[in-house]
Amino acid sequence: MIKTFSIGGIHPDKHKITAHNPIIDAGLPEYVYIPIKQHIGTPAKILVKQGDKVKVGTLLADSDGIVSADIHSSVSGEVVKIDNIPDAFGYDEKMIVIKVEGDEFEASIDTSSDIVKDIPFSVDEIIQKIRESGIVGMGGAGFPTPVKTTIPEGKKVDFLIVNGIECEPWLTADDRLMIEKAEEIVVGAKILNKILGIQNAIVAIDENKPEAIEVVRNITRRYVGVNVCECQTKYPQGGEKQLISAITGREVPSGKLPIDVGCVVQNVGTVFAVYEAVLKNKPLFERIVTVSGDDCAQPQNFRVRLGTPASFLIDKCGGLTQKTAEVIFGGPMMGHTVINLQAPITKLTSGVLLLSEKETHRPDMMDCIRCGKCVDACPIGLRPFLIGVYTRNNMIDELKDIHTMDCIECGSCAYICPARIPLLDYCKLGKIEIRKKQKG
Amino acid sequence: MLKVATAPHMFSPLDTKRLMRDVVIALMPAAVVAVFFFGLNALTVILTSVAACVMWEYLFVHYLLKQKSTINNYSAIITGMLLAFNLPATMPLWMVLIGAFMAIVVAKMAFGGLGKNIFNPALVGRVFLFISFPVQMTMWMKPNWHDFFNTDVQTAATTLGILKHLDASSSATSLTHEVEAVHDIPNYLQMFVGYTGGSLGEVSALALLVGGAYLLLRRVITWHVPFYYLATMLILTSAMWLLTDDVRYEPLTHLLSGGLMLGAIFMATDYATSPMSVKGKIIFAIGCGLLTFIIRFYSAYPEGVSFAILIMNAFVPLIDKFYYPRVYGTGRK
Amino acid sequence: MDIIVSDIIALGIIAFLSALILYFVSQKFHVEENPKVEEIEQILPGANCGACGKAGCYNFAEACAKANAKSFKTLYCPVGGASTMKKVADALGFKAEVKEETVAVLKCNGTCENAPAKIFYDAPVSCRLAHQISVGQTGCPDGCLRLGDCVSVCKFGALSIHPQTGIPVVDENKCTSCGACVKMCPRGLFEIRPKGKNGQRVYVACSNKQKGAVARKNCKVACIGCMKCAKICTQIKVENNLSYIPVSVDAEEFGSELVKNCPTGAIVMTEAKKEKGHD
Repeated sequence: MIKTFSIGGIHPDKHKITAHNPIIDAGLPEYVYIPIKQHIGTPAKILVKQGDKVKVGTLLADSDGIVSADIHSSVSGEVVKIDNIPDAFGYDEKMIVIKVEGDEFEASIDTSSDIVKDIPFSVDEIIQKIRESGIVGMGGAGFPTPVKTTIPEGKKVDFLIVNGIECEPWLTADDRLMIEKAEEIVVGAKILNKILGIQNAIVAIDENKPEAIEVVRNITRRYVGVNVCECQTKYPQGGEKQLISAITGREVPSGKLPIDVGCVVQNVGTVFAVYEAVLKNKPLFERIVTVSGDDCAQPQNFRVRLGTPASFLIDKCGGLTQKTAEVIFGGPMMGHTVINLQAPITKLTSGVLLLSEKETHRPDMMDCIRCGKCVDACPIGLRPFLIGVYTRNNMIDELKDIHTMDCIECGSCAYICPARIPLLDYCKLGKIEIRKKQKG
Repeated sequence: MLKVATAPHMFSPLDTKRLMRDVVIALMPAAVVAVFFFGLNALTVILTSVAACVMWEYLFVHYLLKQKSTINNYSAIITGMLLAFNLPATMPLWMVLIGAFMAIVVAKMAFGGLGKNIFNPALVGRVFLFISFPVQMTMWMKPNWHDFFNTDVQTAATTLGILKHLDASSSATSLTHEVEAVHDIPNYLQMFVGYTGGSLGEVSALALLVGGAYLLLRRVITWHVPFYYLATMLILTSAMWLLTDDVRYEPLTHLLSGGLMLGAIFMATDYATSPMSVKGKIIFAIGCGLLTFIIRFYSAYPEGVSFAILIMNAFVPLIDKFYYPRVYGTGRK
Repeated sequence: MDIIVSDIIALGIIAFLSALILYFVSQKFHVEENPKVEEIEQILPGANCGACGKAGCYNFAEACAKANAKSFKTLYCPVGGASTMKKVADALGFKAEVKEETVAVLKCNGTCENAPAKIFYDAPVSCRLAHQISVGQTGCPDGCLRLGDCVSVCKFGALSIHPQTGIPVVDENKCTSCGACVKMCPRGLFEIRPKGKNGQRVYVACSNKQKGAVARKNCKVACIGCMKCAKICTQIKVENNLSYIPVSVDAEEFGSELVKNCPTGAIVMTEAKKEKGHD
């Protein structure tokens, strides 16, 4: 049965033009820029210094505290600089700059392409391996995975949901990963099953990826405790809350976490990284990135070493043209515009989009015609038009009363609004003001 | 120079202008039918009404508010067409001008313009004319497709008018009179295509349904309001028909006659004057149906769609206050 | 005739009963209110801006009425200023603290000329949003975003975006130093500083903490942390490549020298007023 969430949702154009392009290696740039904070939480502590020689997989920075993640080198070469370097948005970030020399891996990494199927480790060993590999949620939130897989006292897990839904237009990285690394993902799900002590992993894939559904389903037949669930193609089906309600029928209460309703949701990229970390000893130093967009000459799916400058990938796809209006990290619905093309690909960058003015044109705002399309579209059941009104009039208490803080910032309301009112921006502003007021 | 923008970076192609243009397109079949049956008269009324509405809006915005003109968003054209659809073909043109003034200036612009009006502008215009000039507003021209330029008016009663007459006379007069009156009621096919007396736009259920289907297809309106409105009327009239076996309650006649189709598809679905949530829309539509039924059968007027919708318009803010979607993660256990 | 009489009697009874009910209700629900509160509220500006730290003017008046001689010193209405506080103190029989008059000061001079726009901003006009999504048009991560959130939050019309420079200007006469702009600016560019002797004050019109070369690339008048000002006046501290001139530095004594010696022009001084500046 094809499942979906019950409240709201929209159907933007898919633009999955790279769905049939196999993943190719992006190659090595001259320099890589590795930020020491590629996750939510505290930045990692730097272990190397200028002039150090590193190999692929060498630990560069150690996690600082529980909510933090290790950072590994993605290339072999020499550390030339550790400094504040502008990130994609122009803000200074501490980064480690490595000059690439050759491509030498740490000895412990298993670089063969054999698929390992046995899991000879205990739960603690597995968690330790995941922690040492610096794995974070690769869907975009960047929450360190060890924290998510450690079940708090008194909580019970019923479902492990492997999120193979890529509801953002243009992006196809997860789609290709599932087609090409299906068995690895299934074994990865088995590993997470073992940690969580359950036999109930569900790989959720939306129906516009028939190839991935078929491949993964064929493989899950040979594994106990991993199943495929087909979901409707609808935005934002890939949102954690929407996925849980689609598959289990449960709803995460306002202000609570998925674990409170017995669910753990992991992105397929994360699950693949878990497999590689546990059975191949390979820390997280590369990821799949879709480079696409209506202004991209040769759209591709790349396997990219973390820290590679975005401009390196863009040049491989034909470079910017005169028409390029926006460069976006992530998808067009929730992604961020980039102003610094030297910015590195991080653990969280799922795509680089080059879009023209035609695609991204933001028409002038008009008066609300009360059509109610935003109310129908909101997957949380909020009333975005009202949030807009309250935000403009600075009515903070009323904003809180209508659950503005529950907004997942998916952008469905702003996408659908025929009067082009920037509803998502009003939601974000409202949240800023509510937080400000709570702080006092 | 690269652009910095907030998410989302893509937008639905459906904007206000396109929505409004779609409504104009959806109104076209009914306009064509009106001109076909009522000839030149119909055409002049429709064109006058549209021109008057656009003119009033332009004058108001340009000279009184001194703002950028808003006439390019098609909404005045829609109001003009809907107003004309609610008038008989023989309407004097200066009255149309007054109706347009009430619709645009009083009912819409005085409340703050598109999206801020409480009452449906076209209906306000119609009801104002209906109360001010009852004679002219009930002079129904007999449909005639043979002679386009024939302005020599032959009047005909509307179906609902006949039914109402039936109601008034049934107690006092003889049976033969009643039979005669029933004989005047057009058959279903005539009512369906529009070969009957009535306002310009309301006569042809077929043309209105075609327009409604187009709006649904283009996702301009949702099916809730028309469906629940028509269903409420159908259920109430059927129930009364079955209980009393009175010809006045015949459900299909009521569904196809009068302004019900026009009201359910084009008036009650007006964005600004209908609730925003699905739950609210259903309540609004059922309320409209209920009031239409009550006015048609228990008041002095033969037709109640305009009053029903206007009364329910007044309840929209209240409905919106109490009926809105449940927020994810709240309420359910 | 009978009708008139009976009407008068009936209405009279109704009126009497209503009066009785009203009397008892007013007795029963009487709210004991300090008459001082109302008196003080009359003196206050009535803007309900919250600059004093209370929710509104009524709450401030309540706090004043409750205060003793010592705790009264902690209460201050920045909008009404010293004159208002004196009146409040008189009404309560306290001695008013004399506070120096203050004004909001923008610690950025990233005008269109000094820091030209490098990117095209295509989103709603809001500094708070612009701050979230990028460094802004100028490329300076700490500079003014020029979108005027401060202007919209100012209740006294003291702020406006200058059409040529693109950055907000403070109207000294209208500014009541209520601090709304300080709270609103996502980059904290406003500071409430004393107006200074004869309206003369000297400050660093920059908040950039980047290294000198990086900062100068985006803005001609950025503070590069060269320490020259710190050598002129020992009170001046330079931290994170950014100089800060404390309010205690006398503008008349050091001002012109500081401005002259600042290599980038980040230090600015307001001109002295000829006539009596303020009371």
